[in-house]
Amino acid sequence: MRQLAALAGIFAQLSLVAFGGGNSILPEMQRQVVQVHPWITAQDFAALYALAQAAPGPNMLVSALIGLRVAGVPGALVALGSLCAPSSALTFVCAGFWHRFHTRPWRIVVQRALAPVTAGLVMAGAALLVRTTGRSVGLDLLILVATALFLLTRIHPLLVLAAATALGASGLIG
Amino acid sequence: MREAPPPAPTCADLFLGFLTTGLCGFGGVLPWARRMVVERRRWLSAAEFTDLLGLCQFLPGPNVINLSVALGARFHGVRGSAAAFAGLMSAPTVIVIALGFAYHRLAAIPIVAHAFVTLSAAASALVLATAIKIATPLRERPIGALVGLATFAAVAWLRWPLPLVIVGAVPVSALLTWAVEARATVRRR
Repeated sequence: MRQLAALAGIFAQLSLVAFGGGNSILPEMQRQVVQVHPWITAQDFAALYALAQAAPGPNMLVSALIGLRVAGVPGALVALGSLCAPSSALTFVCAGFWHRFHTRPWRIVVQRALAPVTAGLVMAGAALLVRTTGRSVGLDLLILVATALFLLTRIHPLLVLAAATALGASGLIG
Repeated sequence: MREAPPPAPTCADLFLGFLTTGLCGFGGVLPWARRMVVERRRWLSAAEFTDLLGLCQFLPGPNVINLSVALGARFHGVRGSAAAFAGLMSAPTVIVIALGFAYHRLAAIPIVAHAFVTLSAAASALVLATAIKIATPLRERPIGALVGLATFAAVAWLRWPLPLVIVGAVPVSALLTWAVEARATVRRR
């Protein structure tokens, strides 16, 4: 019960600070579930996030995977529900009068001001994941090549993830 | 002559439309949502979609989840939001929980463990690529780039709590953005 309450508290708070979408809260999510409540290791966090990326649906389903690890299926539902409910309620309320403020100058300034903060947060999430998962020269090289493929080619990301998985399973890189 | 717009979707349409979107959405659901809402089902025009997406990107929370809520609300209020949200999330949630159980059972098998080491590395690369894409436009905004760097340092290096960083960085960034852009406007005149 206490675990469920802790999960609800963490993910509800994350929901309301997720400016710029889900990826911006990765570092804080990692800090909470790896450092503050040492529920899982940094490696586990990276693996669960990878699983959520490889599965269909929003990547923020990683919250369900963390909840599942901490408190079973109820934990999964509480974590995911807490991550979705506050921001969804806010969206529902604001959807009604968005047309009244979306052309206001302050709205445009705030949105432009959020962009660099989001960029810094997503970059911090990327740095933490790269530091956790790049545990050998081979893995560092894999990260470099995969990043280049994602940025410079139109290959479907899922194909790159599948190829990386095959490389690991075959023991060629590890 | 313009084609007549299709009739407004029912709650069942919203549920089913977002159900297929949620299942398609490997590596990012948003492009699929746009395709379903604008091109295939024509619930919104491209301009209306962009406008609604603006709201979802402005507010906190995963953008595509916000989109399902806002779109559902537009057509059927709370019931519409609930239908679209449930459509988007139900199938992926069941799948990811099943995968979570499978991973928990199989992670001790060496070949699975090895596969996850490289899958995790590639998944980090996907976040890194996203971060680079988001950060690239800041080359045009030196002050924005500084704010981004400060945010990065506070979170990745100093490991400050995110709410603290948001409360500190957003007002400062807004003030700087406002000051820089007001000056640029004055100079243009």
